[in-house]
Amino acid sequence: MDRSEVAERLESVLVTELGLDEDKIQEEAHFEEDLDVDSLGVVELLMALEDEFDVKIPDEEAESIMTVGQAIDLVHKKLGG
Amino acid sequence: MSEGSHQRVALVTGGSRGLGRAMAIRLAGAGHRLVVNYASNADAAEKVVAGIEEKGGEAIAVQADVSQGEQVERLFEEAGERLGPVAVLVNNAGVTRDRLLLRMSAADFDHVIDTNLKSTFLCTKAALRGMLRAKWGRVISIASVAGLVGNAGQANYGASKAGMIGFSKSVAKEVGSRGITVNVVAPGFVATDLTADLVDKAKEVAEGRISLGRFGTPEEIAAVVAFLASDEAAYMTGQVISVDGGLAL
Repeated sequence: MDRSEVAERLESVLVTELGLDEDKIQEEAHFEEDLDVDSLGVVELLMALEDEFDVKIPDEEAESIMTVGQAIDLVHKKLGG
Repeated sequence: MSEGSHQRVALVTGGSRGLGRAMAIRLAGAGHRLVVNYASNADAAEKVVAGIEEKGGEAIAVQADVSQGEQVERLFEEAGERLGPVAVLVNNAGVTRDRLLLRMSAADFDHVIDTNLKSTFLCTKAALRGMLRAKWGRVISIASVAGLVGNAGQANYGASKAGMIGFSKSVAKEVGSRGITVNVVAPGFVATDLTADLVDKAKEVAEGRISLGRFGTPEEIAAVVAFLASDEAAYMTGQVISVDGGLAL
C-alpha cells in the first residue's frame, strides 16, 4: 500500500471512528493540541488503526505518535512501505 | 436467566474456588457468559463451569497464571475467541503468605505482590482494549479490609490490597469518560478455605470484632460484585465498598 493510500484510509478512520473535524486534519496537525483529542483518545485512535490496517503498534512506538503525519508514517512502515 | 446483562462476557480470575467461584456463579445467574480463570485446579474450575451450564448458562474454564504477562495475553485471546470481548473483569485471584515482617523474605513479598497486584495491572490493561472499543466496561477488584486498616502478619498482603485500591482509583480517572467504571470490593472475614484453617479460638476473637457478629458468606460478597457489574451501578466509580459486617469501623 503506498503512503497516499494509507493517508486516505487513516484520515477516514479519524473522521468516522473518532468523529474528528475533517477540515482540521492535516499531516502537521497535532492530535492533542490541534485536534482536541485527549491522551486516551490517542490510544483509542491507535487501536482503531490496528484494526483498520491489521497491524500491531507496541506501547513504546505508540508513545512517539503526536501528529497525523507521524501516524501515517508508522502505519506505512508497519505495512512494509 | 436475566436479560439485564445482555449476555455480556465476564471474566473472574481465580474463579475456581472460594469467593471467585461464588462470583462466577452469581454473574452467570445474572446472564453473563463466564470465563472462569484458574491457576492450577482444573477439576474445581470445570465443576464451576458444569454448575453454570446445568442452570442454562454459558461458561468456559481457562488456565493462566495471571501474574505472568504472556499468560494473561493468552487468557484474553482465548476468552475473546471463544466467548467474545470481556465486558466485566473481576480481579479476584489472590494469595497470602503471612509472616511477621521481620521473618518475611523478599520472595514472600514479591510472590504476593505479583499474584495480587501485578495481576490486576496486567488483566485490567488487557481488558481495557475491548472495553474502550465497546465504550462500556466494568472492572471490579477484590481487595481486603487488610488493605484499608492493616493486619499484623500481612504486610505483603496488605500492601498488595492497598495497591489495588490506588491502582483502581487512578484507572477510574483515566477511563471514566468512556463509560468504564473501576471499583473495589473490600471483604472482611469470609467463610472460605482460607479461613477454614483458623482455629476456633482465633475465629471467636475475629467474630467478636465484627459488628454483625459472624463471618460473611462468599455469596454476600458476590452479590455486591454483581451489582457493581450491572448497568444500575453506572454512576459509581473509583469506590471501595467494604463488605465486612462492620469490622473496620
